[in-house]
Amino acid sequence: MPWDSIHKQEAHTGTAPNLRDYATVCAGFSWEAARRALDGLPDGGLNIAHEAIDRHVAHGRGAHPALRWLGKAGARHDFTYADLKRLTDRFANALRTLGVAKGDRVFGLMGRLPELYIAALGTLKNGSVFSPLFSAFGPEPIRSRMELGDAKALVTTEALYRKKVMAWRHELPKLTHVLLVECNEAALPEGTLSLAQAMAAASETFAIEPTRPDDMALLHFTSGTTGRPKGAVHVHEAVVGHAVTGRLALDIHPEDRVWCTADPGWVTGMSYGIIAPLTNGATLIVDEAEFDAERWYGTLQNELVTVWYTAPTAIRMMMKIGTEIIRKYDLSRLRFLASVGEPLNPEAVVWSQQAFGRPFHDNWWQTETGGIMIANFASMDIKPGSMGRPIPGIEAAIVERKPEGVAVVEKPMAMGELALKPGWPSMFRGYLHEDERYKKCFVGGWYLTGDLAMRDADGYFWFVGRADDVIKSSGHLIGPFEVESALMEHPAVAEAGVIGKPDPMAGEIVKAFVALKGGYAPSEDLRKELLGHARKRLGPAVAPKEIDFRANLPKTRSGKIMRRLLKARELGLPEGDLSTLESDER
Amino acid sequence: MTREDIRTAVLEGLSNIAPETDPTSIGDAADLREALDIDSMDFLNFVIALHKRLQVAIPEVDYPKLLTIGGAVDYLDAKLA
Repeated sequence: MPWDSIHKQEAHTGTAPNLRDYATVCAGFSWEAARRALDGLPDGGLNIAHEAIDRHVAHGRGAHPALRWLGKAGARHDFTYADLKRLTDRFANALRTLGVAKGDRVFGLMGRLPELYIAALGTLKNGSVFSPLFSAFGPEPIRSRMELGDAKALVTTEALYRKKVMAWRHELPKLTHVLLVECNEAALPEGTLSLAQAMAAASETFAIEPTRPDDMALLHFTSGTTGRPKGAVHVHEAVVGHAVTGRLALDIHPEDRVWCTADPGWVTGMSYGIIAPLTNGATLIVDEAEFDAERWYGTLQNELVTVWYTAPTAIRMMMKIGTEIIRKYDLSRLRFLASVGEPLNPEAVVWSQQAFGRPFHDNWWQTETGGIMIANFASMDIKPGSMGRPIPGIEAAIVERKPEGVAVVEKPMAMGELALKPGWPSMFRGYLHEDERYKKCFVGGWYLTGDLAMRDADGYFWFVGRADDVIKSSGHLIGPFEVESALMEHPAVAEAGVIGKPDPMAGEIVKAFVALKGGYAPSEDLRKELLGHARKRLGPAVAPKEIDFRANLPKTRSGKIMRRLLKARELGLPEGDLSTLESDER
Repeated sequence: MTREDIRTAVLEGLSNIAPETDPTSIGDAADLREALDIDSMDFLNFVIALHKRLQVAIPEVDYPKLLTIGGAVDYLDAKLA
């Protein structure tokens, strides 16, 4: 092993880790007991927002800070648990007044504004389903997700509405309500409401809809190799997983100030930027602004952040800027650092130990798992580059797909597909309207993750790569098909093949290969036009960063573009099995 | 190199990254990331391209100074002086 383990010593002072000894906690763990540790609704039901907010108010912690919001321009707003209860009750009442009912889908599209947090939790109180969209998506990813998700209501800002939604809003017949924040109430766009006005008119007490543990709560979209985005369905029972993983994997204590830098437009920002810290009674720190290393260090210092959950791309950018600037800040309150999105390279783990005096703890999970599945724990030695060991209550294995099912690979450091034993509370319960696609994820009693990994003799897991063509850029999954489809809409494009190209900062960037129709010739102007075309439709988070022209793309007999081959050639890797290649690249 | 040349380089750099936008239409003080839908990778590529084109060393710690057109022109102008 090229990197030395980072050994943890028992701390004699300060906060003791929630998980003191991995083996002991695993041996005594049960999901039933974890469920009993929550309150549940008075009638025996379960509701995420009740566990996240109202429960703490009922237990006399209403005055405890729940959310500190930092605006881009320096504004700062504090919300106690009692404040959040009132505001989410109002939001839920506003929804109910509009006729948005249990099970109806409410989409959120905005930056990290307080209203996003209120809308998400208020929607859950109403028994409706919240589906967050990343505000850097372009109109097409927004529209396709809202269509697939049967959006009934949308909460967004006036600027985002005008720019990305207004043009096609009436083509979604099920979309009945658009609630705007940061809007000019005197001149609202046709068919929209001011959220502030709707909330002002609503009562501030609300009886939470009696949701059952298996009622749909959250709809998170993710990407596959082929076809449209997939809507992963999560239920209210997921809160059991959020509570446990927040406590054990992120070591959240009720007095903690937790800063999860992920945007709630993605699953991490929802599970760990909202639900897990609140369920554990801690204080969320939310910064509206985008990454800026100095601002971040200032936030860590000034907001007395104790638990910090961020992503490899940001960590690598900080690493590039260097440790000197970190010394200007007092980061002594920071206790636990964690990273997710893609594997954190061992250099960055070792660097963080030196830069912050404590290492980043990498962990692994995906949209479908709803919460952290494999983690480096506060009390456990870190092997830099490893994602750690399974959460108590989670059974993970390396398996090999066989014609008749799967075989578990027991040999240490043998590569296979990472698989999980189904049944944990935050597991997705379906891809919306796509039962077949869901069923295909489960083989021989295992959920197959699509990630290739290895397990060492000590039980630590090591990520190897994706088993499919999905691209992982800055921690976000991008489906090549969605990008190819947008490029194909341009009149000059005959074929498009999209791959993830390794990148030292982002992990991978989206790279497109394009073959043109007759009458069009490759040129720098056309390349820029295609780039602009893709960015306008897809937004910067999904659009390609590089476009190359080809006379022909490599295809199979059935006409399928061989992305694998494009990628191998781009990287100068062996081309592998070419028996299905019918029409080669030119 | 004149200040106008620098401005041209900045604007061209931006339209290479986000060709669907018109960087001349945004104010000198607007945050490029918001005004032009530029993400952190785009911004990194923008700074690296300026470094290559103008042969100016831009240390990472100075990157935030280039987050507006005005800031970028001022910064590069001072560096090239």
